[in-house]
Amino acid sequence: MSERIYVFKRFERFWHWSQAGLIIFLMLTGFEIHGIYKVFGFATAVGYHTTAAWTLVGLWVFAIFWHFTTGEWKQYVPTTEKVGAMLKYYAFGIFTDAPHPFRQTTLKKHNPLQRLSYLAILALVMPLVWMTGWLYLFYDQWAAWGLAALQLQWVAVAHTFGAYLMLIFLIAHIYLATTGHTATSHFKAMVTGWEETH
Amino acid sequence: MNVYRVLRAAALMLALAMPSALADAPAVKLTSTADHTKFKELQGPFASGPEVTKACLACHTEAAGQVQRTKHWTWEFLNPDSDQRLGKKNVINNFCISVESNLPYCTSCHVGYGWKDAEFDFAAQDNVDCLSCHDTTGNYKKWPGFAGHPLYKDTELPPGSGKIQRAPDLAKVAQKVGKTSRDTCGACHFYGGGGDGVKHGDMDSSLAAPEAELDVHMDAAGLDFSCGTCHKAAAHDIAGSRYTPVAADKGGAHIRGKAEKSSPATCVACHGNGPHKAEARLNHHAEKIACQTCHIPSFARGGVATKMSWDWSTSGKLSPEGKPLLVKDPKGHVTYDSRKGDFTFGEFVKPTYAWFDGKVTFTLLDDKIDPSGGPVGINRIGGAPNDGKSMIWPMKVFQGKQPYDPENKTLVKPHTAGNDDTAYWTNFGWEKAAATGMASAGRPFSGKVDFVETTMAWPITHMVAPKDKALACTECHVREGGRLDGIEGVYLPGRDRFTLMDIAMGLGALLTLLGVMVHGGLRILTHWRGQD
Repeated sequence: MSERIYVFKRFERFWHWSQAGLIIFLMLTGFEIHGIYKVFGFATAVGYHTTAAWTLVGLWVFAIFWHFTTGEWKQYVPTTEKVGAMLKYYAFGIFTDAPHPFRQTTLKKHNPLQRLSYLAILALVMPLVWMTGWLYLFYDQWAAWGLAALQLQWVAVAHTFGAYLMLIFLIAHIYLATTGHTATSHFKAMVTGWEETH
Repeated sequence: MNVYRVLRAAALMLALAMPSALADAPAVKLTSTADHTKFKELQGPFASGPEVTKACLACHTEAAGQVQRTKHWTWEFLNPDSDQRLGKKNVINNFCISVESNLPYCTSCHVGYGWKDAEFDFAAQDNVDCLSCHDTTGNYKKWPGFAGHPLYKDTELPPGSGKIQRAPDLAKVAQKVGKTSRDTCGACHFYGGGGDGVKHGDMDSSLAAPEAELDVHMDAAGLDFSCGTCHKAAAHDIAGSRYTPVAADKGGAHIRGKAEKSSPATCVACHGNGPHKAEARLNHHAEKIACQTCHIPSFARGGVATKMSWDWSTSGKLSPEGKPLLVKDPKGHVTYDSRKGDFTFGEFVKPTYAWFDGKVTFTLLDDKIDPSGGPVGINRIGGAPNDGKSMIWPMKVFQGKQPYDPENKTLVKPHTAGNDDTAYWTNFGWEKAAATGMASAGRPFSGKVDFVETTMAWPITHMVAPKDKALACTECHVREGGRLDGIEGVYLPGRDRFTLMDIAMGLGALLTLLGVMVHGGLRILTHWRGQD
């Protein structure tokens, strides 16, 4: 018998997928600007990258508003409870069909590792990319903002560092999305909102 | 076929064909309020240039005095920043080297009459040459060797060539005076260094009537700027200087009625500091990069090659009969001249780029040089990244190899032009030529001549291309081979990276990928076993 719970609301799903698309597109254009490969051409890539970045800013304005008005921000409050169990599960249990140590509910939809990693992404990596990205965009204003001592090189390197972290997260995130009840149940949940838990 | 020219010709024909009302008005609408053909003072005949000047000054009482304050007259300039005494009279370059002891030849480009030696009277107002800048007929020409005088009678030039050069009718020229033009300025400035386009690279005779592609402002069928449109003159003092150029103009666009302190000849003086309307990012670029860097993709684009190097050390080879040699390349450029040595030329030359703060220091006759330390900078440009004053500028860097005094360790000013016993171009002896030149300059000379490699930087500022021909991003934002490869002190996205981080993080991403693949593989494997 399958048991289903409604975990991802409509806006949340919209946020997730549009953000995913934008971030992948930002990586595609960003690494091109960095000179790793050529897809769009430098000038076009810079234009797309900037537009996508501002679109993501717009999306985040709504997302932040949504998280605070719905109280969903609590989903990211970190906990160390069951972290060890989670790690043990991914290291061993998952191969022996051991029961998942975390039981998902609407109020607690992320497992402890998810909480930690999403919090790190949302509160550390993304702000790093954002801050450096903004500084990049407003390079000519630094002196006026009293940031004359700042070096473009540091900003550029930090921005690229953030981008690599996002890439690593993306790889792990997509893979871990296959570790649900079935290989596709997490993906389905992010599309329909309904997660199969058994 | 140029469509504008056709239209203009058609309009002219139409105007000529129209009878009636317009017939009473003068055929040409003068922009001046005076028709100089009507002045009795200008009816002539004039036997000499100074006689014409006297007539001009009868009305334009202050003109000569104004001219005499300028570099065009004094050929001297005291750089207030470096206290260096510069000007044509003093500097040494790596083209024809110096005017010292060669005055009657060089002063064909002086705005005066009769400067053949140190005795020239700089205070005599009649010595000012009004016509060299204000001629509109195109017939007024000053030949080298006449100390700034035009021909007063028909003359065979060069002597023995069989070519008779006509003396201009000075009265006719005087009656047709007008504003300066690309032709009058160009008569000297297009031909600097001894020939068309030789010296500057961004100024040659192709700018006399250019297409938009070559110079978007001077486009003869478009904006049709003359030199004076940007190089605005006040009291005969003309804006713009190669001794104290403005490298970074933060002054914004000039506005009528506002007391402007900045040069009117800069790009910014008209376009302001943020001229890119569609793309704000380009205005950010303009804070570090001179307009010229992107908007002059290459120089010598008008079909006239510019000289890129000059090796005096190979000069003096003569034919078996003892005659000077002249070797030309298939395009007709002289690549070897016994009098001058070897030359190379360039067209559509990509500039060299450098941080430039507008400070130019010359190596003068009294400066000791050190030939062992690589090429000597005839001029050295100042500038550094992030000093708040420097911009990235395009330059023509001219390579020379020229005589110097190996004992005194100074450059020399050789006597080159003249029909005498020491002029190099007649006698082919460096020691005598240098001795005469140095004596004329009143400087010591050891009697020995050797050759030293030199460079001279010429900031490029003319031949501004239409905006769609400006440099694309990847001319600079590219890993290798970009135009700004040699520019340090600025992080160029696409060019620069912190390699260690790229490797470490790239490896991190790769290991993550491998990790999840192994993990996934194990999952499939164990799941499959579990099914058994």
